[in-house]
Amino acid sequence: MSMRLPKQVGEWIKRDKEIHFTFEGQEYKGYEGDTITSALLAAGVKVLGRSFKYHRPRGVLSLANHDINALVTDGMDTNIRADVVTLSNGMQLKAVNTDGGVIKDKSKYIDSISPLLPVGFYYKAFHKPASLFPFWEKVIRKAAGLGIVNFNYPRINKRKLNAFCDVLVIGAGPSGLSAAISAAENGLEVILVDENQQLGGSLTYDYAGEEAAQKVLSDLVKRVSASSNIKVYAGAYAAGYYQDHMVPVVAADGITKVRAKAVIAATGAFEQPPVFHNNDLPGVMLGSAAQRMMHRYGVKPFKTGLVFTANAHGYRVALDLLKAGVNVSAIVDLRAEGQQDTQAIELANKGVKIHTGYCVYEALPFKGKLGVAGALICPYDEATATADVKQAVKLDCDGIAMSAGWAPAGALLYQSGMGVVYNNDIQQFVPNRLPKGVFAAGRVNGAFALEARVSDGLRAAAEVANLLGKSVKAQSVMPHQGTSPSHPYPFVHHPKGKNFVDFDEDIQIKDFINAAKEGFDNIELMKRFTTVGMGPSQGKHSNMNAIRILAKIRNLPVEKIGSTTARPFFHPTPMGHLGGRSFHAHRLTTIHAWHQAAGAAFVDVGAWSRPAYYQKAGLSKVEIVQQESLAVRKAVGMIDSSTLGKVEVCGPDAAEFLERFYTGVYRDQKVGRSRYVMLLDELGVMVDDGIATRIGQEKFFVTISTANAPAVYREMQRWLQVWKLNATLINVTSAYGVINVAGPKAYQVLSKLVTIDLSEDALPMGRSTEAEISGVPVRIVRAAFVAKEAYEVYMPSGYALNIWKLLLEAGKNEGICPFGTDTQRLLRLELGHPLPGVDTDGLTNPFEMRAEKALEMDKAFFIGKRSLEIIAKKPLNKALVPFVLPADYKGELPQDCNLVIESGAIKGRVTSVAFSPSAGRVIGLAYVAMHQAQLGNIFEIRTDNGKIAKATVVHAPFFNAE
Amino acid sequence: MKLLNCPVNGVRPLSEFIFGGECREMPNPETSTDLEWASYVHYRDNAPGIKKEWWYHSPSGTWFIAERNTLSDEVLSTYLHGKAPAKNTKEQSA
Repeated sequence: MSMRLPKQVGEWIKRDKEIHFTFEGQEYKGYEGDTITSALLAAGVKVLGRSFKYHRPRGVLSLANHDINALVTDGMDTNIRADVVTLSNGMQLKAVNTDGGVIKDKSKYIDSISPLLPVGFYYKAFHKPASLFPFWEKVIRKAAGLGIVNFNYPRINKRKLNAFCDVLVIGAGPSGLSAAISAAENGLEVILVDENQQLGGSLTYDYAGEEAAQKVLSDLVKRVSASSNIKVYAGAYAAGYYQDHMVPVVAADGITKVRAKAVIAATGAFEQPPVFHNNDLPGVMLGSAAQRMMHRYGVKPFKTGLVFTANAHGYRVALDLLKAGVNVSAIVDLRAEGQQDTQAIELANKGVKIHTGYCVYEALPFKGKLGVAGALICPYDEATATADVKQAVKLDCDGIAMSAGWAPAGALLYQSGMGVVYNNDIQQFVPNRLPKGVFAAGRVNGAFALEARVSDGLRAAAEVANLLGKSVKAQSVMPHQGTSPSHPYPFVHHPKGKNFVDFDEDIQIKDFINAAKEGFDNIELMKRFTTVGMGPSQGKHSNMNAIRILAKIRNLPVEKIGSTTARPFFHPTPMGHLGGRSFHAHRLTTIHAWHQAAGAAFVDVGAWSRPAYYQKAGLSKVEIVQQESLAVRKAVGMIDSSTLGKVEVCGPDAAEFLERFYTGVYRDQKVGRSRYVMLLDELGVMVDDGIATRIGQEKFFVTISTANAPAVYREMQRWLQVWKLNATLINVTSAYGVINVAGPKAYQVLSKLVTIDLSEDALPMGRSTEAEISGVPVRIVRAAFVAKEAYEVYMPSGYALNIWKLLLEAGKNEGICPFGTDTQRLLRLELGHPLPGVDTDGLTNPFEMRAEKALEMDKAFFIGKRSLEIIAKKPLNKALVPFVLPADYKGELPQDCNLVIESGAIKGRVTSVAFSPSAGRVIGLAYVAMHQAQLGNIFEIRTDNGKIAKATVVHAPFFNAE
Repeated sequence: MKLLNCPVNGVRPLSEFIFGGECREMPNPETSTDLEWASYVHYRDNAPGIKKEWWYHSPSGTWFIAERNTLSDEVLSTYLHGKAPAKNTKEQSA
C-alpha cells in the first residue's frame, strides 16, 4: 500500500519520471530523485535489512547515512547504502547478510540465543581447542557481517583532481550557505561542499513546513547560485582533514583534493536515538528521518505514531507528522518540565496528548518483529533514570519518531586538532580551540536556533576574511537560549535489554555495563571491547550515546570521558577512488635490457635494479655465484657498476672540500691519481667509502656506493653550504656508465680495445688514465675492489651498452664472464674488503674496522675527527676480523648475524660469510672481542641449529691466507 | 599534505622535502672540551617549541633552514643557511 504523500513544497523527487526496480525479487516503482530506501518506504516496505549480529529485522533509522540498517547488493556492488544512493531504472536489489531473504532469514534464530553471545564473546570463546577454530570462524563469518565481496569486480580507477580556493565551506545548511555567501561577497574564492544532492542541509527537512524558514532557504540558495565566487560540489562529501587545509572531496566519479587557505566546517549534527527496549523495530525512526521522508521524498512515515522526545525538535516533528496526515497519538517527553513554546501549545490545541516526565519503556513488536504494534509508556524519573513500570500504559501505533538529542558532526574538526569543552546549556561538546585557518559554524559549533546558525555562519566568514587580509566587521552570535537540544541521559534500562545504542553492531546498554565490569571503562578501551562506533557508520549515531553511558557508569561528568577520534574517511570510500597508478620508480642502467636478455636475476639496490647473478638452467644460485667468482679469479669477469654514485667536485677549493668531507689527504694528490675516500658522520661512525680521482687541478671525480649515493650527495651539498667553500658539486651519476673488468686476463682483454699501455708499470694501482674505445672517450681507473687485476672503465652512459658488447666480444677467447652483485659480494669478501652497511652498523667506528690507515688525524678538520679523538682515548672493545672455518668443515653454514660465543657469553657477531671456492673453505668477517682478535686465534660461532663452528682469525685476502 | 616554503622555489608539498635534523651550532672542535663535544653530538633537547631545522628540497637540491614550532607544527620562517630571516617572512597564511 502506498505511503506516498501528495506533492510537498521543496520535495526532491520528480513525480513525472517513474523508475522501476526490484527488491528481494519483488517489483517496485519510485520516482527520479528517490533513494532506494525512500522508494521502498513509499511502497509500504518497512523491513529493509537484517542486523549484523542478531539478524533482527531493521527499517529506516536516519535516512541519512548515519546508520547502515539498509545495506543492499545488486549482485556486482555490495553494501550499497540504500538510504542515500539514488534510485535508477532496472536495479535488482537484495538485502545483504540474510540467509534466505530479508523476511524469512534463516539466521533470525540468533536473536533468541543472544544471551549466549555477550559482548566480547568472540574474544573469549572458540580459542580452545585451537583445531576447531577454523570451523567456528566459518560459522561466524557466515552468520555475522555485511555483504559478500564479488571477486570478479572490475578494476575501476576513478579520476583524481586538484582544486584550490580561499575558503572551503563544508556543509550547505543555513550556517554553511550564509558563510559561503558572505565570504564570496568579501571577494574570496569559495568552494562549498555538501554530501546531499541538494543544498539546504537541515532546512530541507527541519522547519521545512514553515514558510519563513523556506523563504530563508530559497533566498540563500539563489544567492549561492548567483555568486560567481562560489563553486558548489553537491552530492560530494568532505572525507577528511589533512595538514595545511587539504580536504579530499569525494563524489561518485572521483576525488577532488581541495587545498584551501581556510576551512569552515558547518557540518551540523547527527541525531542520536534515545535508547529503549526494541528501539530498533522497523517503524521506529529518528525524528529527522521522519522529516526527511516527508519533506524530501513525500513519504508518510507511518499511519498512527507517537513521538518520543526530549527537546524542541520532537515537537516540530510532531507538527510535521500531523500535517502529513499521521495520527499522532501522543508526545512522550522524557523531561519532567516538558516544552513550553508555541509548538507545544499548538500541539496541545490540536488535541495531541503530551506526557511529560514519561518514557517509552518498550516498543511492542508484531509477529516476527517485522514492525511496531504499539508502545508501553510509563513515568520516568530523570534523576535516577528509572521507569515506573507499574504505571505503564499501552498505546497502539505503527511507528515511533525519536528526538532526544544530537552529536556534533565534528570528525574533520577533530582531525584538524580541535580542542573541545562540554557546554551544559546544550549538553554537547563544542570547540574551544581550533587551529589557525579552521573554523566551526552552526550546530557543530553549538548554535542551534535558526537565526543563530545564520549569524554563526556570518561570524565565521568574517573571521576568515580578516585572517586572509580583508578588513571586515566582526559579527556576534546570540548564546543559546531555551531548552537544551540534547538530553544528558536518554536511556531507559530494561531487564530484557535489546535497547540498542549502536545499530551497526547490535550493541545494547548492558554490553557497556559488562565491558566496564571487565575493566574496559576508558572510552578508547570500551570502544574496542564493545566495538561501539567501529561499524560501517563509524559511531555517527552511537558515539555520543556511548560517552553518556560511560559517564553514568563511572559517575563522572561527560567532559571527563572525552571522545574517540573519527579518522578519515568520513564515509567508507571505494578503493577505486583511492587507488592510484601502480608507480614504483626504478632506475635502470643503459645496459639493463642486455642483462634481462642474458637471464639476470635482479635485486633492488637503492632505487636501482641490478643483476644479482645470471641464471643458468640446472644450476642453483649458490652454484652460479661460485662459477662466476671462479671465472674472475682464473680468467676475467665484468660487472655493470653504472649504478655507483658519481660526483664531480670542481673549483679552487675542491681539494679543501674533500679534505674536510673525507678522512684522507687530497691536497697533494696528483692529477691522474686515485685515492680511497672514507666518510664518517659527526659521531665518528663509518658511513660510506669510495674513490676520488683527481682529473684536473681543480676537479675531482668521486664515487659513492650505490645505495648511499643520494644521502651522501645531500650531505656534500649541505656541508658545502655551511663551509662556504669556492667549489661546486655536479652529480654525474646518470651521466657515466661504469664497467668493472676484473681478473688475471682483464689486462689482456681490455688492451685489445685501447691503444694505450695498461700494464702494471704504466698503470699501477691508484692510477687513472684517459683512453678511447671505438672512438668513445673513456676513463680507466685501477681499483682493487673485487680483484687485484681490475680496471674500472667510465664512459658516457649512452655508450655503455656498446662498450659492454665490445668487451664481451674481445674477451670471448679468454672466457669473459659477466657477473652480478651476489658474486661481487663474494669477490670483495675474498679480498677482505668490508662493505659499509653490511660489515658496519650505525655505531661502527674506523678503529673497530681496523681502518686507521684511512684516517689522517693530523689534518685540522674532517667530519667525525673530534669524536674519533675522544674514542681513541678509550680501549676498543671489539674488532672486525677476517676468519676461516676448517677446510674439512661439514657443519651448517654460519649466517650473517650468527653470534660469536665465549663461555656462554656473546662476544660479537658474523657480518659476512660464504663458501669461497678460491680459498676452498668457508670465509667471513666477524666482530670479536679484542682478546680474540689476534692472528691465529680460534673463536666460536653458534650457527642457527645451535651447534658451534670453530673459526680461525686470518689475514685477508683469503685465497693466499694459508 | 603539509606545505613548505622553499626559499628558492616557493611553496611546495611536503613530499618534495627531506628532513635534515635540527640545525645546531658546531662548537669549535679545536677548543671545545670532550664533554662539550660529546654533548653536541649526542644530546638533543626534545622539548617542544621553536626549533631551527634543516630541510632539503629534493627536486632542486636546496638545503635551507626552517624555524618551526614543533608543538603546533607551524613553520614561522624559512631561509637559506647563513642568511638571517627577513622580517615578516611568515609562511603562507596556513
